[in-house]
Amino acid sequence: MNTQGLTVELRHPLRQFELDVRFQVGSETLALVGPSGAGKTSVLRAIAGLLRPKEGIIMAGETPLIDTTRRVMLPPEDRAVGMMFQEGALFPHMSVAKNVAYGLRPRPKNRAERRHRVRELLDQFGIASLAKARPGEISGGERQRVALARAVGRSPRVLLLDEPLSALDSVTKAQVSAELARWLSELRLPTILVSHDFEDVAGLANRVVVLDRGKVVQDASVDDFVDAPASPFVAAFTGVNFFHGTAARAGDRVEVALEPAGTVVAAVSQAGPVAVVVDPWAVRVDPDDEAVSRPNTLVGPILQISRLGGTARVKVGSTPPVLAEVPPKRLAVLALEQGQVVTARWDAEDVRVLAAGTAPSAGELPRSR
Amino acid sequence: MLSRRLQRGAAAAVTAAAAAVLIIFIGLPLLSIFLRVPLPTLFHQLHSQVVRDALAVSLKTSLVSLAFIVVVGTPVAHLIATKRFPGRNVLATFLELPLVLPPVVAGIALFAAFGRLGLLGQQLYALHIHIPFTWIAVVMAQSFVAMPFYVRQATAGFASVDRQFVRASRTLGAGPARSFFRIEAPLASKSLSAGATLAWARALGEFGATALFAGSLPGITQTLPLAIYAEFSALNFKGTLAMSALLVAISFAILLVVRIAFNWRVT
Repeated sequence: MNTQGLTVELRHPLRQFELDVRFQVGSETLALVGPSGAGKTSVLRAIAGLLRPKEGIIMAGETPLIDTTRRVMLPPEDRAVGMMFQEGALFPHMSVAKNVAYGLRPRPKNRAERRHRVRELLDQFGIASLAKARPGEISGGERQRVALARAVGRSPRVLLLDEPLSALDSVTKAQVSAELARWLSELRLPTILVSHDFEDVAGLANRVVVLDRGKVVQDASVDDFVDAPASPFVAAFTGVNFFHGTAARAGDRVEVALEPAGTVVAAVSQAGPVAVVVDPWAVRVDPDDEAVSRPNTLVGPILQISRLGGTARVKVGSTPPVLAEVPPKRLAVLALEQGQVVTARWDAEDVRVLAAGTAPSAGELPRSR
Repeated sequence: MLSRRLQRGAAAAVTAAAAAVLIIFIGLPLLSIFLRVPLPTLFHQLHSQVVRDALAVSLKTSLVSLAFIVVVGTPVAHLIATKRFPGRNVLATFLELPLVLPPVVAGIALFAAFGRLGLLGQQLYALHIHIPFTWIAVVMAQSFVAMPFYVRQATAGFASVDRQFVRASRTLGAGPARSFFRIEAPLASKSLSAGATLAWARALGEFGATALFAGSLPGITQTLPLAIYAEFSALNFKGTLAMSALLVAISFAILLVVRIAFNWRVT
């Protein structure tokens, strides 16, 4: 198929479980997400050659980087894999220009060529003014630009980004993320992005592979990933409500008995064990507590109110808990506060019902945003 | 109850007193070496053959020891700092043993291994290799005793280099050797130079192991410390003081040069 792509097949024992993954990346950006300790970094390291997997085949186009059946194991320096590390990993004792010059491929024939190519890269990434600065003297966003310039200077066939934005403050992050998106679309390289943050993934990736305890639990486009999360982890990652339950037909609708309590009515037809997804912006919150339990209604105290831009996210401690997005105007009218008992409601039309697949373990939830 | 101000005053007084005691305790003996004999006499003493020979032997052997220590100690320190392998702690502890051994024991150990009647004595004799009482024996004694000072510092230095930099270097096309010389060694340079300085100073001052394993042959194995002891035994107090002054001056110069060179590097 794609001669430019990357094929990854790995089995490798980790401390708690075995890494067993298989996926392909074309000339696109694939986000590798999952709870901490799911094996994401191990996958990146195996591709870069920094970890020798017990078994596996990794191909960059037609070139095997590793093939344990044929005893091929290229050392990292021979792999043409560009890696951008979490906090840049810029060499602190070298100037920005020296950092960028360090890995130039093909090797410059002389000093003049080296200087010219470094200048080109610095210009391309808008960091020419920093050429003489040390990594310790520049900002986090600038460091990540230098790190990308350095990785690109190696003329890689594959690009690996290990949490490239996680060390940045939110303002810088938005800016660097936008730049990164533009550069990635210009470079058109098979790119793997490891991230803890759904906003990074949504802004940068075309496809998402979800890893949990060493296994791929979902491999989908970003849209499918949001619409049909395969696990509570994915739901929490994207910020939608995700419930398990059992569906039974009731007239032209479906009634889902949630675990451990509550009922959801949806305008679809499905039966048996299911997962129910409700977007937080479809959930309304009212400051009353209904004594009678009704379908599409959950009652509980407010656990947390977090303001996010214009809207506020309200976490209701019902059984099961539910997340609601409340517009600011309504928030002021309702005068909600933590601990207050409220009712969360939504319409049957806003409920998505998914056939429950092999329910993966909940694992660790990503940090709330 | 003491007031805050009084407490602070008392703390400052204790610190000042401690500093004064330390300065006098270390400074006074060193200073008296220079004050005990008039400077012209001191310089005159330095022109004697014994002193010149001892200085030459000391500089030659201590520099060869330093080179040997750095060449052998660096890879071992790097291994201990960066790899996990069975016996790693045993190896690290083993290499520190000369730190706590009396130097005389080190001399006896070297004799027991490389002396005519030692473990390898017969084999070496058959190969016409005779080590004891040669300048090689001096180097071995010095290296044995001074090695841990370098290995310890170098290990700590390599261990403090973030592995992420090495990973980055490898993904940028640099093999292990280039990564070591361009990334790890420069980032550990502070520890490496500190360790090398300490080891050199220790080698320069080595006495016990050298006396036992290499003897005190003027012009061959008699280093400055051994010559000082020989002059002292012969009741030549002026010569003893002159050579001691020389040793103090050289040691001070070494420490100062390394410190300045390093500070210059950093800025």
